[in-house]
Amino acid sequence: MITIRHISKSFGKLKALNNISLQLAPGECIALIGPNGCGKTTLIKSILAMVLPDEGSIFFDGKDIRNDNLYRAQIGYMPQIGRYPENMTIGQVIDMVAGIRNSSAPPDMELYEEFGVSRLLDKRMRTLSGGTTQKVSATLAFMFRPRVLILDEPTAGLDPLAAGILKDKIIKSGQEGCLTLITSHLLSELEDLITQLIFMQEGSLVLHKDVEELKNLTGQDTVAKSVLQLLKSGEIGVEL
Amino acid sequence: MKDEKEPATHKNMPGILKYIALDILKNKIVIAYTIMLALFSWSAFGLEDNASKGALTVLNIVLLTVPLVSVLFTTIYVYNSNEFIELLVSHPVRRSVIWKSLFAGLSASLVLAYLLGAGIPLVLFTAPGTAAMMLISGSFLSVIFAALAFLAAVLTRDKAKGIGVSIMLWLYFALLFDGLVLFLFFQFSDYPIEKLVVMLSALSPIDLSRILVLLHLDVSAMMGYTGAIFKTYFGSAWGLLMSFCLLLLWIWIPFSVSLRKFIKKDL
Repeated sequence: MITIRHISKSFGKLKALNNISLQLAPGECIALIGPNGCGKTTLIKSILAMVLPDEGSIFFDGKDIRNDNLYRAQIGYMPQIGRYPENMTIGQVIDMVAGIRNSSAPPDMELYEEFGVSRLLDKRMRTLSGGTTQKVSATLAFMFRPRVLILDEPTAGLDPLAAGILKDKIIKSGQEGCLTLITSHLLSELEDLITQLIFMQEGSLVLHKDVEELKNLTGQDTVAKSVLQLLKSGEIGVEL
Repeated sequence: MKDEKEPATHKNMPGILKYIALDILKNKIVIAYTIMLALFSWSAFGLEDNASKGALTVLNIVLLTVPLVSVLFTTIYVYNSNEFIELLVSHPVRRSVIWKSLFAGLSASLVLAYLLGAGIPLVLFTAPGTAAMMLISGSFLSVIFAALAFLAAVLTRDKAKGIGVSIMLWLYFALLFDGLVLFLFFQFSDYPIEKLVVMLSALSPIDLSRILVLLHLDVSAMMGYTGAIFKTYFGSAWGLLMSFCLLLLWIWIPFSVSLRKFIKKDL
């Protein structure tokens, strides 16, 4: 569904992405992990065309995403920190995005209802707590039935109840064939969600494997332990 | 298929624009700016016995504050919208549409604030010609300095630096440029450099606006020989048209450069 071919990106001297190639298939739920500054966010932003790679190309459904914006109608993105214009109300933000999307399909109101967004429609974005802002971001990401979900630290700042609702929704979308890309620092949080793991380090791709394969390989029963095992055995040569 | 869906992205512009304008109009700084302009203008006309003198006072206030508020507010607003711009980019909209909507929203709000604040007393107290000229040049200045702010904001990643650049731009156009022209004028006063001065003044939107308004006030008679020169160049219909074209260029050039940069920018 998404094919990444040899993309590189430098910010000044810093090599944020170093010749990365990836093939991401529908239905997978992929955890993108790695130490701070390893290029996770740059990779995500490249897929969303927020960052334009120096070299290489990204294909969405076989089409080069350069000079195209319509492919993003298929993507739901939840940023790590959502900041919206201060005086906009939640209702206005949702209306605006719906206007941009201009999609004819009925919106997915599941998160909208479960997070109780309808009670907050008149609240101004400035007055919201970090967690509520994240709820709005999550609602927007899922609302337009995207085929690809890109979630940057989705559960950070959410209370356990909301995080649980979101996780269930992610699993459900995966079952419906949605490709999900999640970055997180807490591997244990992603344990029951993910089917694949991508490990990045200093802008390079170190590992891209199925979770089951990884567990078999290391003989561990959880993803977190498997990664730790690999780190200790020196297969991934970093200190976390 | 692409051609079929293309118009949808264009329809987005009024949508985004509407919400951005609504957001800005509710902004406390814009409200305070409107009230401040109104207070200054009403009191200027209230204190001066002569409407022309009042207009002159308002002109001086407008020429200083409108560019300053426009350039600073716009710069800060654009920087604060960084994450919001990112979010918009993640949707199927062209970057140019986002940037244009943001610019149109900010410009429209600043112009509206100016017209509400300074416009009403100007229309009530001054001659229609003067009032119209003041309204037009003030609106132009609002938009021009918003465009300059967009350029400053896209050129520097760092917010503090961007705000610094904006203040420098304002200082240059509002104060330094005048000084430079004056300096030239005195240094070469033995030579016939009036034409040069006329041309130079076109290089600063603030000076251009000042000349345009002054020519419509009675006081232009007091400007002596230079005033007469200005009158021959800017007073005619042709000169007026040229001046408006120049002011339009002052909007178009900074904004289109910023747009080109923004389309290629890493967010």
